Amino acid sequence: MNDMNPAQPLLELKGLEKRFELDRGFLETIKFRSGKIVRERREVHAVNNISLNVERGEALCVVGESGCGKSTVARLIAGLLTPSGGEIHYEGERIDNRSRHAMMPLRKKMQMIFQNPYASLNPRMTIQQALEEPVRYHNPEMSKSDVLEKVATVMRSVGVDPSWAKRYPHEFSGGQRQRIAIARALTVDPEFIIADEPISALDVSIQAQVLNLMLEAKNQRGLTYLFITHDLSVVQHFGTRVAVLYLGSVCELADTATLFENPKHPYTKALLSAVPQLKDDHPNHIRLKGEIPTPINLPQGCPFESRCAYANDRCRVEQPRPLQQADGSIVACHAVEEDRLES
Amino acid sequence: MSTLETIPPPSLWVRLWDSNMGYSFRRNPVAVVSLIIFVAVALMAIFAPLVAPFDPYDPAQIDIMNSEYPPIWIEGADPSFLFGTDDQGRDLWSTILYGTRLSLLIGLCAVALQAFLGITIGLIAGYVGGRLDSLLMRLADIQLSFSTLMVAIIFLAVTQAMFGSETFNQYAIYFLIVVIGVAEWPQYARTVRATVLAEKKKEYVDGARVLGFGPLRIMVRHILPNSMSPIFVISTVQVANAIISEASLSFLGLGMPPSQPSLGSLISSGFDYIFSGSWWITAIPGVVLVVLVLVINLLGDWMRDVLNPKSFKG
Repeated sequence: MNDMNPAQPLLELKGLEKRFELDRGFLETIKFRSGKIVRERREVHAVNNISLNVERGEALCVVGESGCGKSTVARLIAGLLTPSGGEIHYEGERIDNRSRHAMMPLRKKMQMIFQNPYASLNPRMTIQQALEEPVRYHNPEMSKSDVLEKVATVMRSVGVDPSWAKRYPHEFSGGQRQRIAIARALTVDPEFIIADEPISALDVSIQAQVLNLMLEAKNQRGLTYLFITHDLSVVQHFGTRVAVLYLGSVCELADTATLFENPKHPYTKALLSAVPQLKDDHPNHIRLKGEIPTPINLPQGCPFESRCAYANDRCRVEQPRPLQQADGSIVACHAVEEDRLES
Repeated sequence: MSTLETIPPPSLWVRLWDSNMGYSFRRNPVAVVSLIIFVAVALMAIFAPLVAPFDPYDPAQIDIMNSEYPPIWIEGADPSFLFGTDDQGRDLWSTILYGTRLSLLIGLCAVALQAFLGITIGLIAGYVGGRLDSLLMRLADIQLSFSTLMVAIIFLAVTQAMFGSETFNQYAIYFLIVVIGVAEWPQYARTVRATVLAEKKKEYVDGARVLGFGPLRIMVRHILPNSMSPIFVISTVQVANAIISEASLSFLGLGMPPSQPSLGSLISSGFDYIFSGSWWITAIPGVVLVVLVLVINLLGDWMRDVLNPKSFKG
C-alpha cells in the first residue's frame, strides 16, 4: 500500500546462509584423529547461498523434501534464527541484523503460521486471551471495547464463532486450532505471512478448508505469502511462483504453470513425476538413486550431483549458478546450461 | 460449520472436582486421608489461639508447680492438661498447637522464598541459555554440594555469636526462613530450567517471539504457566523438607528459642527428661511432626503420580 517503487520486491534474500554448529563448547571440538588430537568443528549447512525475491501480492511456494532447509528459511525470515551469512531485505531495508526493538514495527507487517496447530497455541490461554494479547501489545492505546471488537471480527473472518472464545485450545480440533492460529496472526493486520507447512499436520478433509481460508484472506487483505510445503498439489492450487529447494540450495524457481508444464532441473522432474496421477495406470516415475547427502559435508560441486542421471565431471567440481531461462524460470544446473538433457 | 453451545462456565470448585486430578484424588484413599489430616492439623494450628486452652507465651498462665504432669490417660494426671505438661509447667497440647503453627509458618515461608529464587533463576537460565545458563547452573551445583544443614548450622551459629542470644531469639524465625529458603533454591532452579528447556522448543513460544513479545512476557505469561505441574510437586516435598530442617535446627538449639517453641525445640526440650519418665514431652510433639511430614509427603507422592506427563496430558 505504501510502496512507492513497484519494482521493489517486498522481501529480498541475498545469498542467505545458515550453519548450525554441531560441536558446541571447547571440549566437544577436540577430536582424536589418526593418532593426533585435533580441534575440529563440524557444522550443518542448512541453508546455502539462497537468493530469492518475494513480490508484493504473490504466494511464493517453497518445496523440497524433508531436511532441505525449507523451515530454516522461514525461521530466518521471521527472525527466529539469525543468518550465518547473507542479507534479508524487507521493503528495501535490511532486517536480519536488527535488535528486537528495531524489529517491532515489522512484527505488525510480517507474521508466521506454524506447522503443528497442537503446539502453536499456548495450552493455558483461552482463545480470547490468545487473540487479545497481540492486539493489546501492539496497540496499547486501544480501548477495551475496541480490542474486543477487533478480536470478534478476526474470529468471524476465519470462521470461528466468537462465542467459543472462553474455551481452551485442547477443546478444538486440529483444523479449528489452525484457523485460530491464523486468526492470531491476522490480529495485527500483517501484509506478509510466512506459512511453515500450515496444513501438513491436518486431516486431508480439513486441508482444503484451511487452504481456502488462507486464499480468502489473501484476496480480502491483499496478503503476500511465503508458503512452505512438500505437497505439490497444494502448490498447484495455491502458489503463483515455486522455488524448489534441494540440500539448502535453490535448484529451480519458476511460475507455477511453467514449472508444472515444463520442469527443467532433473530434481524438479523427478519430484513432479512422483505426484500420483489418476489417469495414469503405469506411471513412469523417475527413480532417484542413492540418498540425500548429509548437510555436514556438502558435496563440492552440484548438491544434486550424487543422485543425478546427467551428472558429469563438471558437476562434480563446480557449483552451478542460477541462470535465467527463456521462459523466465531460473535454473541452477550445468546440464540445462549446456543443453545436454534430452527431453 | 458446527456451532458449539455455550454452556455457562462451571465454578472453580466444580471444575476442580470434575477434573482428572479430582477424579484421581477421589479414587485414592491415601490421598484423601492425608489431605483430611493435613487440613485438620493446619486448621488447628492456624486457629491455635482459639483452640488451645492455655496461652504458652503468657508467663502469667504458667505455673512451675504444674510441671511434668503426664497425659490424662496415665495415673497421676491433672484433668485440665490433655497431653500433660512440659518441664516448665506449660500445657503440652497448647504448646504443640502453637509450635505446629510456627513450624508450618516457617516451612511455608521458606518454601515461598525458595520458589521465588529458584523459579526466577531457573526461568532465566533455561530461557536465555548459553553462558548465563552455565554460570547459574554451576552456582546451583556449588550450592548443592553443601548440605542444607551444614550451611544453616554455620550461618545460624555465626549470627547467634554475632548478635548475641537475646537478639537472635527475637529474630530467630526470620533467620530460619532465610537460611532454609536460600539453602534449597537449586532444587527449584534445576526443575524449572528442565521444564523451560522443554517448553521453549514448542511452537507457541516461537509464535510469541514472532509477535514481538519481550523475553520477560514470554517467560512469565507463556512458559511459566506451562511449567507449573513440576513446581507443584516439588513444592509439597520441599514444605516437608523445610519443616524437617527447621525441626533439626531447633533441636540442635539453633532455631526457635524455648520461650517460643516450635515442634523441634519442644522435642529438644523434652529430650533431657526422656529417661526420667517424662517421655511425653518429646514423644507427643515427635508424633505430630512425623504425622505432619508424612501426610505432606504422601500428598506430594500422589501429586507426582497425577501430574506425571506420561500418564496425564494437560
